[in-house]
Amino acid sequence: MRARVAYGGAVHEARPATGTGRVRLADGRELAEEEVVWLPPLEPGTILALGLNYADHAKELAFSSQDEPLIFLKGPGTLIGHRGTTSRPVNAAFMHYECELAVVIGAIAKKVKRAQALQHVAGYCVANDYAVRDYLENWYRPNLRVKNRDGATALGPWFVDAADVADPSNLNLRTYVNGKQTQSGNTRDLIFNIPYLIEYLSSFMTLGPGDLILTGTPEGVQNVLPGDEIVCEIDGLGRLHNTIRADLALGR
Amino acid sequence: MTFDFAPFVLSGRVYGSLLNHRTALVAVESVAHKPPYNGLPRAPVLFIKPRNTLSVSGSPIEVPAGLQELEVAAMLGLVIGITACRVSEARAHEYIAGYTLVNDVSVPQPNYYRPSVRYKARDGFCPMGPRVAARDSIGVPDALTLRTFIDGSLAQEASMSQLVRPIARLLADVTEFMTLAPGDVLAVAAAAPAPRIRAGQTVSIEGDGLGTLANPVVAGSE
Repeated sequence: MRARVAYGGAVHEARPATGTGRVRLADGRELAEEEVVWLPPLEPGTILALGLNYADHAKELAFSSQDEPLIFLKGPGTLIGHRGTTSRPVNAAFMHYECELAVVIGAIAKKVKRAQALQHVAGYCVANDYAVRDYLENWYRPNLRVKNRDGATALGPWFVDAADVADPSNLNLRTYVNGKQTQSGNTRDLIFNIPYLIEYLSSFMTLGPGDLILTGTPEGVQNVLPGDEIVCEIDGLGRLHNTIRADLALGR
Repeated sequence: MTFDFAPFVLSGRVYGSLLNHRTALVAVESVAHKPPYNGLPRAPVLFIKPRNTLSVSGSPIEVPAGLQELEVAAMLGLVIGITACRVSEARAHEYIAGYTLVNDVSVPQPNYYRPSVRYKARDGFCPMGPRVAARDSIGVPDALTLRTFIDGSLAQEASMSQLVRPIARLLADVTEFMTLAPGDVLAVAAAAPAPRIRAGQTVSIEGDGLGTLANPVVAGSE
């Protein structure tokens, strides 16, 4: 597993160091994880995200069964690294986190079949894809104002090589708000699993190295407020911290 | 596509605004107040053309196997020159480096509620160009007219003066929540009804000072 961090005026590759909460830069320096600024572990190409891809969450939002994946696109400005802060518009009533398994494409995928799909995966990350539901409108859902806000998609801390993830279809996901667990799920419950999604997407669009697929979130989303610390965790991929701040600094 | 003024290159990030031409809004008026829409859009209706869709003048547009026709939307691409975050309407034009033509190609479908990405995100479905014209060479963009020709016959004329949310207001509303970076493109003004194209035809889009974006349409393989 590796991360991108800023430290001492440069961007470095970092890996876990021995001892909890420490990282080791490529040049050998070891630092406490609070000493570095965590960037998203990669600069992605296309960012694709799934809506309602866990049966329990779809039920939570009163959606019925679907015949094809609900996929939307995101831009790069929405990404933020581990230990970042995400702003909550002051007048919003309902903003929630979404813990998701993010799949990083490693090789060009065009008309790939399910059986070969995982050969096109470079690795995985934890993502926390916030939504501000106040802004939901019924034209081109989910509209970008809900789902593509600056700094509202946390990614990291690590990029984990596919070879180090034994079974991506059996990973537990958990979210904690201020230390209390609020969300849990397992990727075995994905309605459309990773091989299916790669076959589906690559049937009409060529996926390239660095493209990201955020595979959706299970039930248990709840409103978060300024000051709340949200931790999204996936087995073997790490714990992604994020803190909510009010948008007051920007006069909104 | 490169050009000889800042930011010199496009970032490859292309956003589009829909239902922002009066003709397009009028076309949905009869359904807009019924489910699932329940009212006209309030914020800008935006979409993203991912990098696999990007192409240039002269590149073929493939009609997927099993389909007869595609839709094309002539759009004016605003090329962002400097980082645009929460810009004011009054100063919005200062953030535009120049303009280019964008052809937003889609598989025809009637749904604005939650359309599948497979309608707009196919390979080659976003030709752009042929060049980026500097902002000052164009003058007032809201006075531009884009013309779409199919095999040389005029299929549509779309005037930027018919924008529901004029360019400056659109930039202010979009950058209120998402920052646009230098080289990003925000495309505006898809008019309705969208012209349709078939394999064997050539679609070209023109705008004064912007050149001609011409693409042949070919049948796709299985």
